[in-house]
Amino acid sequence: MGDKNSNINDKLVIAGRSFHSRLLIGTGKYSDFKETRSAIDASESEIVTVAIRRINLGQNIDEPSLLDFLPPNKFTYLPNTAGCYSSEEAIRTLRLARELLDGHNLVKLEVLGDPNTLYPNVVETINAAKILIADGFDVMVYTSDDPIVAKQLEDIGCCAIMPLASLIGSGMGILNPWNLQIIIDNANVPVIVDAGVGTASDATIAMELGCDGVLMNTAVALAKNSILMASAMKKAIESGREAFIAGRMPKKPYMASPSSPVEDLIK
Amino acid sequence: MKMYINGSIKEFNGIKITARELINQLNLNDKRFAIEKNGEIISKNFLEGVYFNEGDKIEIIGAVGGG
Repeated sequence: MGDKNSNINDKLVIAGRSFHSRLLIGTGKYSDFKETRSAIDASESEIVTVAIRRINLGQNIDEPSLLDFLPPNKFTYLPNTAGCYSSEEAIRTLRLARELLDGHNLVKLEVLGDPNTLYPNVVETINAAKILIADGFDVMVYTSDDPIVAKQLEDIGCCAIMPLASLIGSGMGILNPWNLQIIIDNANVPVIVDAGVGTASDATIAMELGCDGVLMNTAVALAKNSILMASAMKKAIESGREAFIAGRMPKKPYMASPSSPVEDLIK
Repeated sequence: MKMYINGSIKEFNGIKITARELINQLNLNDKRFAIEKNGEIISKNFLEGVYFNEGDKIEIIGAVGGG
Protein backbone atom coordinates (compact mmCIF):
# COMPACT_ATOMS: atom_id res chain seq x y z
CA MET A 1 0.00 0.00 0.00
CA GLY A 2 3.02 2.33 -0.28
CA ASP A 3 2.37 3.18 -3.93
CA LYS A 4 1.65 6.90 -4.20
CA ASN A 5 -0.84 6.18 -6.97
CA SER A 6 -2.85 3.72 -4.87
CA ASN A 7 -5.48 6.37 -4.15
CA ILE A 8 -6.55 6.53 -7.78
CA ASN A 9 -8.27 3.18 -7.34
CA ASP A 10 -9.41 3.83 -3.78
CA LYS A 11 -13.09 4.16 -4.60
CA LEU A 12 -16.02 3.90 -2.24
CA VAL A 13 -18.19 1.01 -3.41
CA ILE A 14 -21.73 0.75 -2.07
CA ALA A 15 -24.08 -1.94 -3.40
CA GLY A 16 -22.10 -2.21 -6.60
CA ARG A 17 -22.04 1.55 -7.18
CA SER A 18 -18.61 3.19 -7.26
CA PHE A 19 -17.82 6.70 -5.99
CA HIS A 20 -14.71 8.90 -5.85
CA SER A 21 -15.88 10.93 -2.90
CA ARG A 22 -16.17 9.50 0.59
CA LEU A 23 -18.13 12.52 1.78
CA LEU A 24 -21.90 12.12 1.75
CA ILE A 25 -23.80 15.30 2.36
CA GLY A 26 -27.25 16.34 3.46
CA THR A 27 -29.33 19.01 1.75
CA GLY A 28 -31.18 20.41 4.78
CA LYS A 29 -30.78 23.61 6.82
CA TYR A 30 -29.21 25.81 4.12
CA SER A 31 -30.58 29.31 3.66
CA ASP A 32 -31.59 28.65 0.06
CA PHE A 33 -31.09 26.20 -2.82
CA LYS A 34 -28.28 28.27 -4.30
CA GLU A 35 -26.26 27.90 -1.09
CA THR A 36 -27.12 24.20 -0.99
CA ARG A 37 -25.71 23.68 -4.47
CA SER A 38 -22.61 25.85 -3.85
CA ALA A 39 -21.76 23.95 -0.68
CA ILE A 40 -22.24 20.58 -2.34
CA ASP A 41 -20.08 21.67 -5.27
CA ALA A 42 -17.33 22.76 -2.86
CA SER A 43 -17.58 19.42 -1.05
CA GLU A 44 -17.32 17.44 -4.34
CA SER A 45 -19.82 15.00 -2.83
CA GLU A 46 -21.56 12.66 -5.20
CA ILE A 47 -24.19 11.30 -2.80
CA VAL A 48 -26.79 13.67 -1.36
CA THR A 49 -29.54 12.86 1.11
CA VAL A 50 -33.06 14.24 0.74
CA ALA A 51 -36.17 14.02 2.86
CA ILE A 52 -39.56 12.94 1.50
CA ARG A 53 -42.46 15.23 2.34
CA ARG A 54 -45.88 16.35 1.12
CA ILE A 55 -45.60 18.75 -1.80
CA ASN A 56 -46.70 22.27 -0.95
CA LEU A 57 -49.72 22.51 -3.25
CA GLY A 58 -50.16 26.23 -2.70
CA GLN A 59 -46.69 26.98 -4.01
CA ASN A 60 -46.12 29.06 -7.15
CA ILE A 61 -45.65 26.59 -10.02
CA ASP A 62 -42.70 28.57 -11.37
CA GLU A 63 -40.77 28.33 -8.13
CA PRO A 64 -37.76 26.06 -8.55
CA SER A 65 -37.44 22.87 -6.53
CA LEU A 66 -34.45 21.23 -4.91
CA LEU A 67 -34.21 18.85 -7.86
CA ASP A 68 -33.77 21.80 -10.24
CA PHE A 69 -30.61 22.77 -8.33
CA LEU A 70 -29.38 19.19 -7.76
CA PRO A 71 -30.40 17.23 -10.85
CA PRO A 72 -30.86 13.52 -10.07
CA ASN A 73 -28.88 12.63 -13.18
CA LYS A 74 -25.80 14.44 -11.80
CA PHE A 75 -26.00 13.36 -8.15
CA THR A 76 -26.82 10.07 -6.51
CA TYR A 77 -29.86 10.69 -4.37
CA LEU A 78 -30.22 9.02 -1.01
CA PRO A 79 -33.80 9.47 0.18
CA ASN A 80 -34.04 9.25 3.96
CA THR A 81 -36.81 8.40 6.40
CA ALA A 82 -36.27 11.36 8.71
CA GLY A 83 -39.34 11.87 10.88
CA CYS A 84 -40.35 8.20 10.83
CA TYR A 85 -40.91 6.56 14.22
CA SER A 86 -42.14 3.17 13.09
CA SER A 87 -41.02 0.58 10.59
CA GLU A 88 -44.36 1.00 8.73
CA GLU A 89 -43.79 4.74 8.28
CA ALA A 90 -40.23 4.19 7.06
CA ILE A 91 -41.23 1.47 4.60
CA ARG A 92 -44.07 3.58 3.20
CA THR A 93 -41.77 6.60 2.84
CA LEU A 94 -39.08 4.70 0.95
CA ARG A 95 -41.58 3.02 -1.39
CA LEU A 96 -42.89 6.50 -2.25
CA ALA A 97 -39.29 7.71 -2.70
CA ARG A 98 -38.60 4.88 -5.11
CA GLU A 99 -41.63 5.83 -7.19
CA LEU A 100 -40.61 9.50 -7.04
CA LEU A 101 -37.11 8.73 -8.31
CA ASP A 102 -38.16 6.37 -11.13
CA GLY A 103 -37.17 3.13 -9.46
CA HIS A 104 -33.94 4.34 -7.80
CA ASN A 105 -33.56 1.94 -4.90
CA LEU A 106 -30.50 3.10 -2.92
CA VAL A 107 -31.93 4.50 0.29
CA LYS A 108 -31.06 5.59 3.81
CA LEU A 109 -33.17 3.97 6.48
CA GLU A 110 -33.59 5.65 9.85
CA VAL A 111 -36.29 4.85 12.37
CA LEU A 112 -36.21 7.24 15.29
CA GLY A 113 -37.09 6.47 18.88
CA ASP A 114 -37.44 9.88 20.44
CA PRO A 115 -38.06 13.39 19.04
CA ASN A 116 -35.70 15.12 21.50
CA THR A 117 -32.61 13.00 20.99
CA LEU A 118 -33.51 11.59 17.53
CA TYR A 119 -31.82 8.43 18.75
CA PRO A 120 -32.54 5.44 16.52
CA ASN A 121 -35.05 2.79 17.55
CA VAL A 122 -32.88 -0.14 16.55
CA VAL A 123 -35.62 -2.77 16.96
CA GLU A 124 -37.92 -0.98 14.50
CA THR A 125 -34.90 -0.29 12.28
CA ILE A 126 -34.08 -3.99 12.03
CA ASN A 127 -37.74 -4.82 11.30
CA ALA A 128 -37.93 -2.20 8.54
CA ALA A 129 -34.61 -3.24 7.03
CA LYS A 130 -35.74 -6.88 6.64
CA ILE A 131 -38.88 -5.86 4.74
CA LEU A 132 -37.15 -3.26 2.57
CA ILE A 133 -34.35 -5.63 1.58
CA ALA A 134 -36.91 -8.31 0.65
CA ASP A 135 -38.65 -5.61 -1.45
CA GLY A 136 -35.49 -5.02 -3.48
CA PHE A 137 -34.05 -1.93 -1.83
CA ASP A 138 -30.32 -1.36 -1.26
CA VAL A 139 -30.49 -0.22 2.35
CA MET A 140 -27.90 2.02 3.96
CA VAL A 141 -28.92 2.06 7.59
CA TYR A 142 -28.54 4.70 10.29
CA THR A 143 -28.01 3.03 13.63
CA SER A 144 -26.50 3.42 17.09
CA ASP A 145 -22.84 2.55 17.74
CA ASP A 146 -23.87 -0.81 19.21
CA PRO A 147 -21.59 -3.37 17.52
CA ILE A 148 -24.10 -6.23 17.89
CA VAL A 149 -26.89 -4.27 16.21
CA ALA A 150 -24.48 -3.16 13.48
CA LYS A 151 -23.57 -6.77 12.75
CA GLN A 152 -27.22 -7.86 12.76
CA LEU A 153 -28.05 -5.15 10.23
CA GLU A 154 -25.20 -6.31 8.02
CA ASP A 155 -26.22 -9.96 8.37
CA ILE A 156 -29.78 -9.27 7.22
CA GLY A 157 -28.40 -7.62 4.09
CA CYS A 158 -27.91 -3.89 4.61
CA CYS A 159 -25.40 -2.61 2.07
CA ALA A 160 -23.83 -0.04 4.41
CA ILE A 161 -23.87 0.52 8.16
CA MET A 162 -24.12 4.09 9.35
CA PRO A 163 -23.43 4.41 13.06
CA LEU A 164 -23.88 7.75 14.74
CA ALA A 165 -20.87 9.64 16.05
CA SER A 166 -23.16 11.59 18.40
CA LEU A 167 -26.72 12.94 18.28
CA ILE A 168 -28.04 14.27 14.96
CA GLY A 169 -27.26 17.96 14.63
CA SER A 170 -25.32 18.10 17.91
CA GLY A 171 -21.87 18.73 16.44
CA MET A 172 -20.35 16.77 19.33
CA GLY A 173 -18.06 14.65 17.15
CA ILE A 174 -17.20 11.02 17.80
CA LEU A 175 -18.19 10.20 21.37
CA ASN A 176 -17.16 6.54 21.34
CA PRO A 177 -14.30 5.82 18.94
CA TRP A 178 -13.78 2.43 20.55
CA ASN A 179 -17.26 1.18 19.66
CA LEU A 180 -16.82 2.60 16.19
CA GLN A 181 -13.52 0.68 15.89
CA ILE A 182 -15.24 -2.57 16.90
CA ILE A 183 -17.93 -1.99 14.27
CA ILE A 184 -15.31 -1.26 11.59
CA ASP A 185 -13.20 -4.29 12.49
CA ASN A 186 -16.18 -6.63 12.21
CA ALA A 187 -17.87 -5.17 9.13
CA ASN A 188 -17.71 -6.59 5.63
CA VAL A 189 -19.80 -3.76 4.17
CA PRO A 190 -18.93 -0.05 4.14
CA VAL A 191 -19.14 1.73 7.51
CA ILE A 192 -20.14 5.35 7.09
CA VAL A 193 -20.31 7.58 10.15
CA ASP A 194 -23.58 9.48 10.11
CA ALA A 195 -24.73 12.13 12.63
CA GLY A 196 -22.92 14.35 15.06
CA VAL A 197 -19.93 15.51 13.03
CA GLY A 198 -19.23 19.15 13.91
CA THR A 199 -15.98 20.19 12.31
CA ALA A 200 -13.25 18.94 9.99
CA SER A 201 -11.20 17.07 12.58
CA ASP A 202 -14.24 14.95 13.51
CA ALA A 203 -14.41 13.71 9.92
CA THR A 204 -10.67 13.09 9.79
CA ILE A 205 -10.77 11.04 12.99
CA ALA A 206 -13.59 8.91 11.56
CA MET A 207 -11.54 8.19 8.45
CA GLU A 208 -8.36 7.49 10.46
CA LEU A 209 -10.27 4.86 12.43
CA GLY A 210 -10.97 3.13 9.14
CA CYS A 211 -14.46 4.33 8.25
CA ASP A 212 -15.30 4.12 4.58
CA GLY A 213 -17.02 7.49 4.51
CA VAL A 214 -18.78 10.17 6.50
CA LEU A 215 -22.26 11.61 6.09
CA MET A 216 -22.93 15.08 7.47
CA ASN A 217 -25.40 17.91 7.08
CA THR A 218 -25.49 20.38 9.97
CA ALA A 219 -21.69 20.62 10.23
CA VAL A 220 -21.64 22.23 6.79
CA ALA A 221 -25.02 23.97 6.63
CA LEU A 222 -24.69 25.72 9.99
CA ALA A 223 -21.02 26.65 9.70
CA LYS A 224 -20.53 30.43 9.54
CA ASN A 225 -19.18 29.92 6.02
CA SER A 226 -20.85 26.78 4.74
CA ILE A 227 -19.04 26.75 1.40
CA LEU A 228 -15.63 27.03 3.03
CA MET A 229 -16.57 24.35 5.57
CA ALA A 230 -17.68 22.06 2.73
CA SER A 231 -14.24 22.48 1.20
CA ALA A 232 -12.62 21.80 4.57
CA MET A 233 -14.64 18.62 4.99
CA LYS A 234 -13.60 17.39 1.56
CA LYS A 235 -9.94 17.81 2.51
CA ALA A 236 -10.50 16.41 6.01
CA ILE A 237 -11.92 13.20 4.61
CA GLU A 238 -9.21 12.87 1.97
CA SER A 239 -6.44 13.44 4.52
CA GLY A 240 -7.97 11.04 7.05
CA ARG A 241 -8.28 8.38 4.37
CA GLU A 242 -4.68 8.83 3.22
CA ALA A 243 -3.46 8.68 6.82
CA PHE A 244 -5.40 5.48 7.35
CA ILE A 245 -4.02 3.86 4.21
CA ALA A 246 -0.49 5.14 5.00
CA GLY A 247 -0.60 3.37 8.35
CA ARG A 248 0.12 5.55 11.37
CA MET A 249 3.14 5.20 13.64
CA PRO A 250 2.55 3.38 16.93
CA LYS A 251 1.73 5.37 20.05
CA LYS A 252 4.36 5.20 22.82
CA PRO A 253 2.79 6.66 25.93
CA TYR A 254 5.74 6.28 28.33
CA MET A 255 8.89 6.65 26.34
CA ALA A 256 10.27 9.27 23.98
CA SER A 257 12.11 8.45 20.76
CA PRO A 258 14.33 11.23 19.38
CA SER A 259 14.00 12.16 15.73
CA SER A 260 17.59 13.47 15.57
CA PRO A 261 20.69 11.21 15.88
CA VAL A 262 22.20 10.70 19.34
CA GLU A 263 25.68 9.97 17.90
CA ASP A 264 28.37 12.56 17.12
CA LEU A 265 27.02 15.13 19.52
CA ILE A 266 29.14 18.28 19.64
CA LYS A 267 30.98 18.42 22.93
CA MET B 1 -67.06 15.73 -4.55
CA LYS B 2 -64.74 16.08 -1.54
CA MET B 3 -61.39 14.38 -1.19
CA TYR B 4 -58.46 14.68 1.21
CA ILE B 5 -55.34 15.94 -0.54
CA ASN B 6 -52.26 16.05 1.67
CA GLY B 7 -54.46 16.16 4.73
CA SER B 8 -56.78 18.98 3.59
CA ILE B 9 -60.31 18.60 2.27
CA LYS B 10 -60.66 19.86 -1.28
CA GLU B 11 -63.78 20.16 -3.44
CA PHE B 12 -63.95 18.95 -7.03
CA ASN B 13 -66.62 18.98 -9.72
CA GLY B 14 -68.16 15.69 -10.79
CA ILE B 15 -68.24 12.33 -9.03
CA LYS B 16 -64.81 11.10 -10.02
CA ILE B 17 -61.54 12.37 -11.46
CA THR B 18 -58.53 10.60 -12.90
CA ALA B 19 -55.17 10.95 -11.22
CA ARG B 20 -53.89 12.65 -14.37
CA GLU B 21 -56.73 15.22 -14.27
CA LEU B 22 -55.98 15.93 -10.64
CA ILE B 23 -52.26 16.43 -11.38
CA ASN B 24 -53.22 18.80 -14.23
CA GLN B 25 -55.55 20.78 -11.98
CA LEU B 26 -52.82 21.13 -9.34
CA ASN B 27 -50.33 22.33 -11.98
CA LEU B 28 -47.93 19.51 -11.17
CA ASN B 29 -47.45 18.15 -14.67
CA ASP B 30 -43.90 19.40 -15.05
CA LYS B 31 -42.92 18.56 -11.52
CA ARG B 32 -41.48 15.39 -10.05
CA PHE B 33 -43.85 13.74 -7.55
CA ALA B 34 -45.19 10.45 -6.27
CA ILE B 35 -48.86 9.92 -5.51
CA GLU B 36 -50.71 7.60 -3.17
CA LYS B 37 -54.43 6.79 -3.03
CA ASN B 38 -55.70 5.46 0.30
CA GLY B 39 -52.24 4.18 1.16
CA GLU B 40 -51.51 2.58 -2.23
CA ILE B 41 -48.87 4.06 -4.51
CA ILE B 42 -50.08 4.89 -8.01
CA SER B 43 -47.46 4.31 -10.67
CA LYS B 44 -46.77 7.31 -12.89
CA ASN B 45 -47.54 5.05 -15.87
CA PHE B 46 -51.14 4.53 -14.74
CA LEU B 47 -52.26 8.05 -13.88
CA GLU B 48 -54.84 8.07 -16.68
CA GLY B 49 -56.37 4.79 -15.57
CA VAL B 50 -56.78 5.43 -11.84
CA TYR B 51 -59.86 7.27 -10.58
CA PHE B 52 -60.33 9.19 -7.39
CA ASN B 53 -63.75 9.28 -5.76
CA GLU B 54 -65.58 10.92 -2.86
CA GLY B 55 -63.69 10.54 0.40
CA ASP B 56 -60.41 9.27 -1.04
CA LYS B 57 -57.24 10.15 0.84
CA ILE B 58 -54.52 11.26 -1.52
CA GLU B 59 -50.92 12.01 -0.69
CA ILE B 60 -48.70 13.82 -3.20
CA ILE B 61 -45.06 13.86 -2.17
CA GLY B 62 -41.74 15.19 -3.34
CA ALA B 63 -38.11 15.50 -2.26
CA VAL B 64 -37.01 18.34 0.02
CA GLY B 65 -33.77 19.26 1.74
CA GLY B 66 -32.85 16.90 4.56
CA GLY B 67 -29.96 15.12 6.24
